[in-house]
Amino acid sequence: MDSITIIGMTSIIIAGLTIAIGSIAPAIGEGNAVAQALRSIAQQPDESNTISRTLFVGLAMIESTAIYCFVISMILLFANPFWNAVIG
Amino acid sequence: MSIDPSSIVYFEWGFIRITATLVFAWVTMAILAILGFVLTRNLTSEDKIGKGQIVLEAVFATILDQIKSVSHQDAHKYFPFVSTLFLFIMSATLLSLIPGYNPPTGSLNTTIALALCVFFAVPYFGIQSQGIKNYLKQYTKPSVVMLPFNIISEFSRVISLAVRLYGNVMSSSIIVLILLGVVPFFFPVIIQMLGLLTGAIQAYIFAILAIVYIASATNTN
Repeated sequence: MDSITIIGMTSIIIAGLTIAIGSIAPAIGEGNAVAQALRSIAQQPDESNTISRTLFVGLAMIESTAIYCFVISMILLFANPFWNAVIG
Repeated sequence: MSIDPSSIVYFEWGFIRITATLVFAWVTMAILAILGFVLTRNLTSEDKIGKGQIVLEAVFATILDQIKSVSHQDAHKYFPFVSTLFLFIMSATLLSLIPGYNPPTGSLNTTIALALCVFFAVPYFGIQSQGIKNYLKQYTKPSVVMLPFNIISEFSRVISLAVRLYGNVMSSSIIVLILLGVVPFFFPVIIQMLGLLTGAIQAYIFAILAIVYIASATNTN
């Protein structure tokens, strides 16, 4: 195998692994957050506005971890810096 | 395939480059400005209120209410800044339904610019409300040891704001593009709707986080 094949193969495999492993932890975190928020809304329905607003902000924070993984895998697939080093 | 509309260059002269990001940001700004100009021409407080004014009042009352309930302060001071951020991101998301429109928020350049606005607005409002001495003192709380970490958090805020918005908008447009090549009939529509939802939530999140950061800097007690 020449180096271009190796780089392409590793990039694709690692991009898949990045998004697969990287979405596990945020998924668990979001599940926990939603479960807790639903429990507290069930206990105090009056506070549902504040709780759901805080929930959304928290979910966005958790979600950005998964988004970082996605951006990394997109960089590996479409803007891989090693391609240019080999081709150029 | 490009992951950034900035790589589409329409016009280049010297160091001036007119990219797709810039053009579509201008389109969004123009639409917002024209809508604002047209809707605010005939404002009345009489019995018969036009439809445009009702929509306008509903939108702005909601934004004002959200700012007030998050910051627990006088909302009118932060209203122009925060509502501009929200309306720009929201209209970029909504306009991405139109074929051929590249949402400018799907480019890292635009989102970093928006995040930098928040970065500079935080000390601006903070110094305005509690003076430069008290504002700078906030960085050494709870103790002087935390000073470098507080400064790092200030910068990481900008990066996380920018990358979050960019990743969300870019991801939905790329997934739609890929799916159009694989299953070009029904599935892309669902993903497009999902992208619309996440885009709207991201606009909300961006504005709420901006208010949270500003409110934490202007907290006088």
